[in-house]
Amino acid sequence: MTAAPLRERPAGISGLTQQQKRRIRRQALLAIKYFLLTVLAILFLFPIAWSLLNSLKVPSEALAIPPTYLPTRIVFDSYTKLTSFGNYGVVGHVGNSAIVALMTVFGSLVLSTLGGYGFARFNFPGKNALFIMVLSTLMIPFQSILIPLFVMLVRFELNDTLVGLALVYITFQLPFGIFLMRNSFLAVPREIEEAALLDGCSSLSLLYRMMLRLVLPGIVTVAIYAFINSWNEFLAALIFMSDQDKFTLPVFLTLVRSGIYGTVDWGALQAGIIVAIFPCLVVFLLLQRYYINGLIGGAVNN
Amino acid sequence: MSAAAREKDIALRMTLRLESLSWEQRRKLTGLLFVLPTVLFVTVFFIIPLAMTVFMSFHDWPLIGEQSWIGTTNYTELAKDRQYLKSLDFTFRYTILVTPPIFILGFILASLVRHNIRFIGIFRTIFFLPVVIGLGVSSLLWIWMLDQRVGIFNKILLDLHLIAKPQLFLAKPTTAMNVIILSVVWKTVGFTMILLLAGLQSIPDELYESADVDGAGYFRKLLYITLPLMRRTIALALILSVIGSVLAFDQFYIITRGGPRNSTISIVYWIFNNSFTYWKMGYGAAMSIVLLGILVALTSVQYYVLRERY
Repeated sequence: MTAAPLRERPAGISGLTQQQKRRIRRQALLAIKYFLLTVLAILFLFPIAWSLLNSLKVPSEALAIPPTYLPTRIVFDSYTKLTSFGNYGVVGHVGNSAIVALMTVFGSLVLSTLGGYGFARFNFPGKNALFIMVLSTLMIPFQSILIPLFVMLVRFELNDTLVGLALVYITFQLPFGIFLMRNSFLAVPREIEEAALLDGCSSLSLLYRMMLRLVLPGIVTVAIYAFINSWNEFLAALIFMSDQDKFTLPVFLTLVRSGIYGTVDWGALQAGIIVAIFPCLVVFLLLQRYYINGLIGGAVNN
Repeated sequence: MSAAAREKDIALRMTLRLESLSWEQRRKLTGLLFVLPTVLFVTVFFIIPLAMTVFMSFHDWPLIGEQSWIGTTNYTELAKDRQYLKSLDFTFRYTILVTPPIFILGFILASLVRHNIRFIGIFRTIFFLPVVIGLGVSSLLWIWMLDQRVGIFNKILLDLHLIAKPQLFLAKPTTAMNVIILSVVWKTVGFTMILLLAGLQSIPDELYESADVDGAGYFRKLLYITLPLMRRTIALALILSVIGSVLAFDQFYIITRGGPRNSTISIVYWIFNNSFTYWKMGYGAAMSIVLLGILVALTSVQYYVLRERY
């Protein structure tokens, strides 16, 4: 009588059934996974978080050697100081970046919607050749044609203008935009349009009244990419603008960093970095799904 | 006929002509009109500059003054330009060094966030966040973290007693390269993670389940299921990362300013210096043509690899 229960319910961990063992193992692995994820998440957030903290320090504390980890007091002095740099202060340069970004968003939306619709729904001579020509822009990054672009902008007196910069940005958003919008239009059932066309609706009003709503996810994706890319772009903005008042935010910040406005004010630089990061983070956090879909669709399929 | 009347006449004739077109022809015309703005943009801001790059590369092309045809002189100069050769070498070295950490960490992150466990969305978002920050801005952020006096890295390393005195990370070519790699990994690894995640999630679970039944361990499954099925995604992630590295500019312009002793001047940086600092734009164009060749070769590999599946 004593041997039987021992065999059925032995004490200790070795006595657990196979299933229980597996469950404990799975739980342990999950705990390790969460631990790793948390450590990594802290490391990834650290630069942004520390920059934010530093931008909120009293300016003299932001310059302390060695630095402090946390601000002793939270103030917005670095942000107010930043508004007095240069002729326009940070506000003017945020304005420059915003104008360029909005023009790029608007331009790429109009062109990619029209073009995407044209390529998706119409047959005309040379269609495939033109489509390949647009997509070939993807093969050659703009870095290799910056010199003639600069020469052209100078000739048309568009260098040192925000419009000139936006025109270049729009062009380099186009292959992605056209590709994505064409796919969006192709996904809309043809019957919807045919009915409207039979009712005597013109192509343009059909696009405007009906199709735009159906391809809204594509439109949002194109807009996010146009915004984030133009807001962040550095090299072309550095080359095409020589008038400091016209500098976009990232280029302006390199001036702050180089100490052109007096000694390097690290607190102000951090404030500027936070201002530059903020809109991108907001746009991304709110519209993440569209951004990721665009990334996967654009990268894998083109 | 007055100007106004004439305009009206032309407008009327055009409408008449439009209406005389068949429905089929009108559709063709409409389609062309829809794509026309895009075609114009691409022609003016892409095709023409591309042709001009070739044209300019055979010229002496200063900012002010006469341009003159000099044949292939720019190209023969290139072969003798020691800094250019150094930049090529540096850019390739950088690419070879930065690609593996981005890929390996990207793969680890993708594996960690693969399954939809609780809160996983938050982790995915956090790892991806740096991708939406501009490289220029993130470089400014890093240069300050790396600073000898006000930087947090020195502070942490000192407090942990890992170093005895503050380090000048950017003073030596090797440490400068390492910290740049660290900053770029942070900034771009989320992109690789998302690509690989999409690849991982497209592998059917049943494959792993049947492998479990056969008693296969983690590494066997990785070797025989995950990696072979993700060949295409892996190739894509690697090539996109390589292309990005070949075009590197912001991080070197901002963080190291090409130093120490011109050891971190990338190809694009050297093109930038020649074209927009020394204003030797013909020479810069010749260098751009070489860069273009490298990139076209790389993207051709990309298209070739991606075509395979279909």
